[in-house]
Amino acid sequence: MTTLDPLDSVFAALADPTRRAILARLARGEASVVELARPFAISQPAISKHLKVLERAGLIARGRRAQSRPCRLRARPMARALDWLEKYRRFWETNFARLDSLLEELQAGPDRNPKKGKKP
Amino acid sequence: MNTGPLKITPKGDRELVITREFAAPRKLVFDAYTKPELIRRWLTGLDGWTFDVCEVDLRVGGKYRWVWKRVSDGFLMGMGGVYREISPPVRLVATEKFDQPWYPGEAICTLDLAEKNGRTTLTQTMTYESPEALKAVLDSPMESGLSAGMDRLDKLVQSLA
Repeated sequence: MTTLDPLDSVFAALADPTRRAILARLARGEASVVELARPFAISQPAISKHLKVLERAGLIARGRRAQSRPCRLRARPMARALDWLEKYRRFWETNFARLDSLLEELQAGPDRNPKKGKKP
Repeated sequence: MNTGPLKITPKGDRELVITREFAAPRKLVFDAYTKPELIRRWLTGLDGWTFDVCEVDLRVGGKYRWVWKRVSDGFLMGMGGVYREISPPVRLVATEKFDQPWYPGEAICTLDLAEKNGRTTLTQTMTYESPEALKAVLDSPMESGLSAGMDRLDKLVQSLA
């Protein structure tokens, strides 16, 4: 249990694409630093730095086993922020799907007043 | 429809950025965001809600006001703000405040439209007053609760990436 639940540090942590990729990987199961470093063209120390940021934000936990110290996702602190984002996304996705149809219609039938006359 | 998927990405500690591609020139997208008769056609919210008020005074310093109503119980959700920059068909900046605010201060919503080969990439940036305001936004109570299973979490993290 930690009192550290700072969403601003969660967001600072999420703002980096490498860290988001690390989280995406960990969402599929725990992994060691070596495994995490593999897909990236950056050094293990650089990965370790990213992991520290994620750990400080409470987004991941690291095992105690000396050598490998596997990392895993801590879901709870992130769930709130992601839950909100999902709802926000759903709102805009629903609206944008309608906007797609509207734009299609506007392009198909440009007989809508070409001058900027007022509609009756 | 081969429009790109919607992306939401945090930027810094007080901004959220939405990007989405549309298969239409940006003039039409700009119109759809600024003409009330067109706004009414798409910004109608989630299923089960109606879009009751859509007022737009499109000039710098002019106000807009939108109100949605939940059909099941008549609950009203209203918001509005003031236009700060109107540069058709490229950019639209307005303040945004909800009637029942759950975060301090106003947010600023910036719409940027880039066009290439008749297609438009929309970038919508929400800038909150402070990191605390963004935190309040993200902390707001959720109908769905905090029930994110690992699958869902995986999907969400992927979609952020």
